[in-house]
Amino acid sequence: MSNQGVDPGRRRFLTLSTAVVGGAGVVAAAVPFLASWKPSERAKSLGAPVEVDISTLEAGQRVTVAWRGKPVWVVRRTPEMLDGLTKVDSSLLDPESKQKQQPDYVKGEARAIKPEVLVLIGSCTHLGCSPTFRPDHPAPEIDSNWQGGFYCPCHGSKFDLSGRVYKGVPAPLNLVVPPYRFESDTQIVIGEDPKGVA
Amino acid sequence: MAITPNPYKTTGLLGWIDDRFPLTKLWKDHLSEYYAPKNFNFWYFFGSLALLVLVNQLLTGIWLAMHYKPDAAQAWDSVEYIMRDVPWGNVLRYLHSTGASAFFIVVYMHMYRGILYGSHRKPRELIWIFGSLIFLVLMAEAFCGYVLPWGNMSYWGAQVIINLFGTVPFVGPDLVIWIQGDYIPSDATLNRLFSLHVVALPFVLVGLVVAHLIALHEVGSNNPDGVEIKKHKDPNTGIPLDGIPFHPYYTVKDIVGVGVFLIIFLGVVFFAPDGGGYLLEKPNFTPANPMSTPDHITPAWYFGAFYAMLRATPSFAGTQIWGVLVMFGAVALIFFLPWLDRSPVKSIRYKGPIFKIALALFTVSFVLLNYFGMQPPSALGTTISQIGTVVYFLFFLLMPFYTKIDKTKPVPERVTYEAH
Repeated sequence: MSNQGVDPGRRRFLTLSTAVVGGAGVVAAAVPFLASWKPSERAKSLGAPVEVDISTLEAGQRVTVAWRGKPVWVVRRTPEMLDGLTKVDSSLLDPESKQKQQPDYVKGEARAIKPEVLVLIGSCTHLGCSPTFRPDHPAPEIDSNWQGGFYCPCHGSKFDLSGRVYKGVPAPLNLVVPPYRFESDTQIVIGEDPKGVA
Repeated sequence: MAITPNPYKTTGLLGWIDDRFPLTKLWKDHLSEYYAPKNFNFWYFFGSLALLVLVNQLLTGIWLAMHYKPDAAQAWDSVEYIMRDVPWGNVLRYLHSTGASAFFIVVYMHMYRGILYGSHRKPRELIWIFGSLIFLVLMAEAFCGYVLPWGNMSYWGAQVIINLFGTVPFVGPDLVIWIQGDYIPSDATLNRLFSLHVVALPFVLVGLVVAHLIALHEVGSNNPDGVEIKKHKDPNTGIPLDGIPFHPYYTVKDIVGVGVFLIIFLGVVFFAPDGGGYLLEKPNFTPANPMSTPDHITPAWYFGAFYAMLRATPSFAGTQIWGVLVMFGAVALIFFLPWLDRSPVKSIRYKGPIFKIALALFTVSFVLLNYFGMQPPSALGTTISQIGTVVYFLFFLLMPFYTKIDKTKPVPERVTYEAH
């Protein structure tokens, strides 16, 4: 090996190629560390649908069940509650539920398959707190146009009795309606679409 | 320059060590021959107090980890076990939980000192950057620790803070699931926050503290007059004329500060460990319940100001990311302070009225933001928080302009000092 005649092109090639190989190695080595933070197989398998029996749910009352670890509310709305939905339209951000926060088979103000049975994921679309059920009205401390609904204690977001968000609050979207179907008149399956809808 | 082993030519056992490890040199460089300005005042206690609290957190933290179980099914019970059954366990936990609040008090005072006397100005920008990074890591560390008892406030605090990342466009929801390791905050989340809290973040924190101190000792301490003591050195010894050795002068002074601090700190630990619900929140005396958010959810008091900013920012264009950007922006601005201040003088003693008014408005805003961040949402609170947020940002963003046009006073050549 001679000490004379350094070949700069060769040196540059070696520096670059070893740097590229080393860089690829660093990226590859980071994969297991970053990927290990993803949900484990056990966590993924806990997402099964849940069944709710609503035969004992009185009109105007709410029951909370856990689906994928999140609170899911089932409210049996009274005719007065359903009437109140129209009255608040003008105070809402997305009264027609244009944003896709619900399956295609629940539409309109009621956001439900059967208008009297409301099913919602009870997580605020702001930062995920679980809003408080406030069917009482009027409630001027919440809103001058309050016909009952859900009030988030964390940051003051307001939702009507269909989970539609009020204007001027931190939450930007209506509450999410999960996929659900009626197994029978009194039995709801949360986490599955109605048969015949894919 | 090559390293010369044993430059002080010590002998005996110490000499044997100094030939192999710079023990005497480290002692002299950083303590007995580290010359600090002789005019330090009250505000200069908080750096060493921060170190003291760091040691308290490390020590009590190591001991708590001997009894705590990082498991969603056992965490809450294990904390109650520490409180009720472990000998002195309640004191260890209260030292740690009160220490977290004390950490933020001394760090906030320490940072405020920097703003008062221009300790971030050239050539101390890197000290300030390291310090800002310490503040950032401290916030992450405090958040992780807050979650560990797995009480209901821990749980919903984790939910809110992790969901902040969900506002990132496109990848947000996936990012949240990745951070949580699950679809909701769960055992996987608790376990990884524990790992970060007891291993990763303390490592980073201690490393940053070392870097902070190395940078400080490289350029020397600032002082309440904001003048460089290295400009006037004894021609024979090369020692700054206004400098005194850190040890014994400031070690002794700091021990007095430690004494006073411990009287207050231990008073809280022994007699008011939950701080009226501000140091340990009432909902955290019930276990985590993913089905029910506490009626009145607030962050720990030391995040109050940043939380108020988050809450005061309305959603816009179908996303709530603005509040998150404002909150992180408020922390990010701190890093740029050395370059935002264009005043020809460092210390508030020689700055003009505009800076003093700006600082006063900033101080009032920060305190009000902290207060309203801990109150339930209200129309008045939101309005005041919005004004406070604007003032906070303007204090930083307009600083290059108002510090430049401000009328400053002449700065003395040497530090002002009266012997007591």
